[in-house]
Amino acid sequence: MQVFISTLIDGLNQGSVYALIALGYSMVYGIAKMLNFAHGDVIMVGAYALFVSITQLELPIPVTFLLCVIISATLGFVVEKLAYKPLRKATPIAVLITAIGVSYLLQNIALLVFGSRRKMFTPFLKLGSLKVGGISIPMISFVIIGTMLVIMIGLQLFIKKTKTGIAMLAVSEDKAAAQLMGININRTISITFIIGSALAGIAAILYSAKYMTVDPYTGSLFGIKAFAAAVFGGIGSIPGAMIGGILIGVFEAMTTGYLPGNLTQASDGFAFAILIIMLILKPTGIFGTKRIEKV
Amino acid sequence: MKNDIVKSEKKSNITGSSLLIRILVVVGIYALVSALMLTGNMSRSWESLSIRICFNVILALSLNLVVGFLGELSLGHAGFYAVGAYAGSMFAVYTDFPMFVRIIGAVLVGALSAGIAGFLISSSILKLKGDYLAIVTLAFGEIIRSFVKILPGTGGTAGLSGIPAFPSRYVGFTFAYAFVILTLIILKCFINSRHGRAVTAIRDNVISAEMLGININRYKVTVFVIASVLAGVAGVIFSFFKTMIEPNDFSYNLSIEILVMVVIGGMGNLTGSIIAAGVIVVVPELLRALEDYRMLMYAIVLIAVMLINESPKKAQFIERYSPKVLLKKLLRKGEKKSESA
Repeated sequence: MQVFISTLIDGLNQGSVYALIALGYSMVYGIAKMLNFAHGDVIMVGAYALFVSITQLELPIPVTFLLCVIISATLGFVVEKLAYKPLRKATPIAVLITAIGVSYLLQNIALLVFGSRRKMFTPFLKLGSLKVGGISIPMISFVIIGTMLVIMIGLQLFIKKTKTGIAMLAVSEDKAAAQLMGININRTISITFIIGSALAGIAAILYSAKYMTVDPYTGSLFGIKAFAAAVFGGIGSIPGAMIGGILIGVFEAMTTGYLPGNLTQASDGFAFAILIIMLILKPTGIFGTKRIEKV
Repeated sequence: MKNDIVKSEKKSNITGSSLLIRILVVVGIYALVSALMLTGNMSRSWESLSIRICFNVILALSLNLVVGFLGELSLGHAGFYAVGAYAGSMFAVYTDFPMFVRIIGAVLVGALSAGIAGFLISSSILKLKGDYLAIVTLAFGEIIRSFVKILPGTGGTAGLSGIPAFPSRYVGFTFAYAFVILTLIILKCFINSRHGRAVTAIRDNVISAEMLGININRYKVTVFVIASVLAGVAGVIFSFFKTMIEPNDFSYNLSIEILVMVVIGGMGNLTGSIIAAGVIVVVPELLRALEDYRMLMYAIVLIAVMLINESPKKAQFIERYSPKVLLKKLLRKGEKKSESA
């Protein structure tokens, strides 16, 4: 039972980080109609920014957090302007290949700058742990889950209540009509990328606080699983991203925790298997809506 | 009626002389390489490069069928390659036939298994397209790789060793080259046939193609099966060439590398894929110092090719400076001069 609960909490943790990343995918997919393959690598860059500012620049911790989020958001903005914006009218396959290129570019720049060895963080959030009925739960777990909840609620309010948020909804519904209503499409898409990448920055902080390591490939696999979460919950839906992320996180923790030794080597395979089953059975996800295709 | 016109166009496309030139090029390259190999004028590294070029060309050509002609992005090509390599080399390792039978058997087993994998995967993802299809093929590729690690008989993470090697590099090259030619013939025949035109119609507009009575699902599966069979054959050649294979030989990075070949060579351009595959295999070998920057260059090339292809300035540039236009301008100038004189 104790093992079960701590595995569950581990899964909730992992799932909360997935949920934050999934949100970024989901927003960008909903508005720019593209799978931003490089989103996972933004997290990696954010984590390296955090690593450098903590271990080498030795800045105060709150400043490093801010720096991490700002760098991630700027990266998202710049990537969109340079690589994706010229391709607004291109075929989806061209955009997708470009996004893969950007993802590869970020990974390999990190590889050249920091080397392929895993960098270890010095512990920067010393929170201790809480003892409940014989199980010790690290405080960081509560911080991660709490942050995720606050961000979800905040984002939901932002999109439903503010002018910019409503503009985003309009753009995702129909670009041409939104433009006719006087919405600046380019600006809206830029804002979406900035918010999505800032969330990736926050995910980078939470990820680093929990796992204490970063390497150039941190983001790619993580990102793909988070995309699986976004699809699972229904692309474009905020509660969907949250539920999808948590389900995938818990499922992953359970499979790595309970499968017999040999099979855990294939645990990544299981996460992908869920993605495939989900996409085949219900491509629109739990909370997604179906679009009708016309000529 | 319209069909007849297209057919006659196609026929005139491959006239006797151009077919002859193609055969001459094919035979010429083979004669040149084998002459160099047999007279011992080729260094060891070039000998192995020539075989590596062959199986990479097969990979690039087969992926081009999916990406360039069907218009769907598959990021799991390395998965089919892995299925072929593992099935074929397990046949060769665990059987005790004479060498010749083992190689041929391995190719058949590898091609068949990869084909079955291609059939199962493609028929399960018919509903998907675009980004979702790309991510699912990526997932299938990774699933194949992670299950190879735990299946019995594959050697697990340590890899499968003891695969018989080709009797000599020359035999290996001849074998691989023969399969490159076979691949080209299969693809050319397919693409220039009625079925090939149906596939390009699906790429250009799915809904219109469907309205013309083209069975989209059947063609999608057919294309995936052909591409995965060919990738499987490439995998078998690879495993006989390397004699030891491990799951990390078939990672997602390889799928991207094949995609880079297809994109640089031009999607839907077979000759381009061949040249690009050759360049991508040879260049890193020549520029050993650039090894660290190889992947970085792929990334930059991918982005650059896509941005340049979509840029309106490219169309202007081609309008002004393509060789044909320049030639016309020159001729016109010549005419004017002669007129004024």
